Amino acid sequence: MPIDKRNPLRETWRRLKMNKPAVCGLSVIAILITSAMLAPWIAPYDPAAMDVRARLQGPSTKHFLGTDNFGRDIFSRIVYAGRISLVIGFVAVGIGAVFGGITGAVSGYYGKGLDSLLMRTMDVILSIPQLILAIAVVGALGANLINLMIAVGISVLPRYARLVRASAMSLRDLEFIEAARAAGASDLRIIVQNIIPNCMAPLIVLSTLGVAQAILSAATLSFLGLGIQPPTPEWGSMLSDGRQFLRNAPHITIFPGIAIMIIVMALNMLGDGLRDALDPKLRR
Amino acid sequence: MLRYTMRRLTFFPPILLGVSLLVFTIMHLTPGDPAEIMLGTEATPLQIEQFRRNLGLDQPVYIQYFIFLKNALQGDLGRSIRTNNPVLEEILSRFPATAMLAACGLALGILLGFPLGLTAALRQNTAVDALASFSALLGFSIPNFWASLMLMLLLSIVIPVLPSSGYGTWQHLVLPSLTLAIQIMAVIARMTRSSMLEVIRQDYVRTAQAKGIPAFFVLAHHSMRNALIPVVTIAGLYFGLLLGGVVVTETVFSYPGIGRMLIDAIRAHDYPLIQGGVLIFGVCICAVNLIVDIVYAFLDPRIRAQYRSRRDAAA
Repeated sequence: MPIDKRNPLRETWRRLKMNKPAVCGLSVIAILITSAMLAPWIAPYDPAAMDVRARLQGPSTKHFLGTDNFGRDIFSRIVYAGRISLVIGFVAVGIGAVFGGITGAVSGYYGKGLDSLLMRTMDVILSIPQLILAIAVVGALGANLINLMIAVGISVLPRYARLVRASAMSLRDLEFIEAARAAGASDLRIIVQNIIPNCMAPLIVLSTLGVAQAILSAATLSFLGLGIQPPTPEWGSMLSDGRQFLRNAPHITIFPGIAIMIIVMALNMLGDGLRDALDPKLRR
Repeated sequence: MLRYTMRRLTFFPPILLGVSLLVFTIMHLTPGDPAEIMLGTEATPLQIEQFRRNLGLDQPVYIQYFIFLKNALQGDLGRSIRTNNPVLEEILSRFPATAMLAACGLALGILLGFPLGLTAALRQNTAVDALASFSALLGFSIPNFWASLMLMLLLSIVIPVLPSSGYGTWQHLVLPSLTLAIQIMAVIARMTRSSMLEVIRQDYVRTAQAKGIPAFFVLAHHSMRNALIPVVTIAGLYFGLLLGGVVVTETVFSYPGIGRMLIDAIRAHDYPLIQGGVLIFGVCICAVNLIVDIVYAFLDPRIRAQYRSRRDAAA
């Protein structure tokens, strides 16, 4: 029987490239990450520079997306805010994926009482709506960047735990794991080297979609005044500031929302594409 | 059926116990002394001491939890720091408004999402399908606080036909429900589409068609009913998303519900009220999951049969 020697990574990439929405999403994300990194060179103004004479101006050649109630350039603020949103998205998902992954791996690998205990705990976390859980955690810890990331991370943790657990359970008794155990590999080594790599595909998909959700949650919390505090530019809090000027200067509210929508949509498109590319069985 | 319902019901208390423990733990993550935070900087040490004793904060944490649990079981969730009203009363007085909003949002989401998903599946790979899929993607990606502000801008400022805030008449419900419906619509449309695509390829659908049953009847009787099963389950799972949305829309539209109460409570460091609010949302989710499980069994004859055969085997 001929063995398929193609590199799985390259194979995934080949399939991903054929998926137009996914490529589109990936390009948008690449552009946004680049613009966030190069923010000081891309933004025409200092995001914190106020100009009282130029407050609440609509889009013009001087201010591409207009100015806010302090006369700050909205385009510059959106570019800088992208930094924070991206960092929150990736770090929060990182927290959820690492701690959730460890919980799931331990739970699925050892099974029995420990598994029941950990999984019931996850059920409990899941029974509080994600956003409300994050609100409660931020409410208790206080509103700042670190707590925001922790709150969003905790609220997504059970999904990763469940995913890795399912994989660990199905692998636990397979021959190659038994072989590793017979060769004297420690449990930790088996979990890190055999179990985690084997659920990498769904983990990547879940994480990509998770970053989209995390960015949305973080922006929502900031909008509610429970996340990033002014004057730091953040999409959610910019929107919240613009609310009172909705009648006279709607552009303050419109543009940051479009920014959030674009990045979340791009991540969702990439996530869906990755799911199709990594798991051909699910393709229709 | 009764057996199944009873079995499901037994899962209910432990998970509620877990939720109460989780909520209690989160509230005790607060750095610093809650008594000092709640009373502010002007309180004298004596007042703080008094307050602490009243709330039982001078007891060890696990005793505090048991006191909290005992009181909660008797319907006493403490008193709001700000208004000094019982927390349960504060929540119950706002419950009808929130339930009304959530129900309208859910109903609207299903009414929009189900036909959208159905059409997409029946016209797979056409422009209609692409449009439906794109709307679903858009619905997933629009931040609901932004959507609510845009709806407000469009329908109460640019074309002033609906009130932008408040409560009382059906007009006040339209914008918040529409906002809530966007995400639900997206979820339902996606689920309906993929579920329908699976069902219409089943042998029994082909058999029905081959028998010459009218297309509409095949759709209504053979395909749709089966396609609905996963949709119901998923809709239940997304009830949490709906409640999260409720918090946001209530805040934006100044709608007097539990969600806005929760946000106000957090801003005022009103811990008993936060605790009660989060607990109530947890209880709602658990109750909805329970109902969905039972409805699911009613819809899916396979589950019913499973329980029947087990009973027969036992007898």
